[in-house]
Amino acid sequence: MSIEVSKVSKRFGTFNALSNINLEIPSGELVALLGPSGSGKTTLLRIIAGLEFADTGHVSFDGADITEQSARERRVGFVFQHYALFRHMNVFENIAFGLRVRPRQFRPAEAAIRSKVHELLRLIQLENLAQRYPSQLSGGQRQRVALARALAVEPSVLLLDEPFGSLDAKVRQELRRWLRQLHDEIHITSVFVTHDQEEALEVADQVVVMNQGRIEQIGSPDDVYNHPASPFVYNFLGNVNLFHGRMDEGQPVIHGKATGQVVYVRPHLLEIDREPNGGSHFRAHIKHINAAGPLVKVDVITEWGDPVHIQVSQERYRALQLIKDDAVYVIPKDVRVFETRRAS
Amino acid sequence: MTFKQRSILPGFGLTLGFTLTYLSLIVLIPLSATFLKASSLSWAAFWHIVTSPRALASYRLTFGASLIAALINLFFGMLLAWVLVRYNFPGKKIFDSMVDLPFALPTAVAGIALTTIYSTHGWVGRYLDSIGIKAAYSPLGVVIALTFIGLPFVVRTVQPVLEDLDKEMEEAAASLGANRWQTFSRVILPSVAPAALTGFTMAFARAIGEYGSVVFISGNMPMKTEITPLLIITKLEQYDYAGATAIAVVMLVFSFTMLLAINLLQKWSSRHHHSGGTPEVVEGEALHAPVYAEA
Repeated sequence: MSIEVSKVSKRFGTFNALSNINLEIPSGELVALLGPSGSGKTTLLRIIAGLEFADTGHVSFDGADITEQSARERRVGFVFQHYALFRHMNVFENIAFGLRVRPRQFRPAEAAIRSKVHELLRLIQLENLAQRYPSQLSGGQRQRVALARALAVEPSVLLLDEPFGSLDAKVRQELRRWLRQLHDEIHITSVFVTHDQEEALEVADQVVVMNQGRIEQIGSPDDVYNHPASPFVYNFLGNVNLFHGRMDEGQPVIHGKATGQVVYVRPHLLEIDREPNGGSHFRAHIKHINAAGPLVKVDVITEWGDPVHIQVSQERYRALQLIKDDAVYVIPKDVRVFETRRAS
Repeated sequence: MTFKQRSILPGFGLTLGFTLTYLSLIVLIPLSATFLKASSLSWAAFWHIVTSPRALASYRLTFGASLIAALINLFFGMLLAWVLVRYNFPGKKIFDSMVDLPFALPTAVAGIALTTIYSTHGWVGRYLDSIGIKAAYSPLGVVIALTFIGLPFVVRTVQPVLEDLDKEMEEAAASLGANRWQTFSRVILPSVAPAALTGFTMAFARAIGEYGSVVFISGNMPMKTEITPLLIITKLEQYDYAGATAIAVVMLVFSFTMLLAINLLQKWSSRHHHSGGTPEVVEGEALHAPVYAEA
């Protein structure tokens, strides 16, 4: 089922949580709402779910306006960051809840409920924990139960609010791959909120980058990462070095003086060399080296005194035999230039 | 000692010792004195006293009225707690403080005030009288007094639980299609039930032991509106110490059995309410994530 959000605004007191949001989510896609805290992403998700109501604007599912419908009528599956499992019910009853509260004429028979719940337990790979209570489960297991509970009612859309937010790094990675795989199996239109750019880029078909109640950019992970539309997106989607500088005949010239333009360079798009290679470059000396991990992180100080973060491959690091306090040349390979007044 | 546990906070022996001594001095020794005194009677005499028609009628009234009062307090206490937690209205703080008044007020004052209002010429009593209900000087009066003194218990036990109740649980229920009544009865009620049961138990226990307020409003007619604590006092005033303690022993055993039963029931009903974040098991089995070729 497709979701259309048109001209939605929401204020909390004097705080503009959302201003004039327009968003279309095609049927069957897995979309990430990505942004820092306070960007309005959770509010937007809750408005889609019917747990919050917009001041102005409309929400439609498959072209049908559902702005005035309550969460109960919208048939959405909602997964909360802190699971919100029913503590006094075991895993089985938690999952069965949505089926049991249906009006009598639509309620499946006990046997049908049983088989549905067991099917979902298989899906979340917790078949042998059906009789456990939420307090007896780990965080990752609880979140999977919450997901199964939301799926039990066969929702038209699945909405997840920071679904992996309160899990530790390892479980989180496992679970988000599993979610991606699950989505590929059941193809339900899904929207999840996250502040973790890595998570959004890895899992989603489309990423909606939000900032201060507005949408900054909508695009595929590749799009938003490699072709950021604004300094904010560039900044938010990865580490970045900011320089004063300007473009000179298609070549970036980086220096220490303010010129009204800001040059954005990702740490892995800066190269270190012992010799200047003729192109754009500047001089620096090495302050600190961290060689743990797939890339070596080198912190340098430019000749005009600014700190710069650079990532080089392990091979390059060994070939150059870099050590602390070395004087080196830094060569930007790919940069983006934005006007200062737009830079955040 | 095999049940001694190692812990970062020392002092198990000391605190347990203190607890036992303290409980002995304050509770156990005085109560055993009651049993001791009662045992000066022969079994036949004891049985004769505790099963006399007057005593039996007083048990019925005491336990019956206490149970009704505690049930009323259970229902309205939860309602009051709900209103105080969920809604904002002018004077909320004042209402909130008023709930504790029955704790602070001397019970005799409460008894006299209630009698004045509920007697046949009182503000409320005259209207009840006109529809044929006699409030003061009847078992109903006893229930009213016991409801009054037991009011704070359920409110004060349920209130913090309602305040802590995860609002997301209600939202989850709504998004799963539950209507308001289903959300209340299936999600909220089971969450507050253990606390409500605790409040009910305390209100019930308090009502069984209540004396001060009841003696004013009940009229103290033997066989009709005489509560057991009053019967005990009456016997004491007649220097019938053994008789008084015999009835006291019956009350004690009765009360203790009931409280124990309710406590066990509560333990059973709250067995899954350990709210702690630490799970009893770690990640049971690894998630069979699809194998991804690392780039």
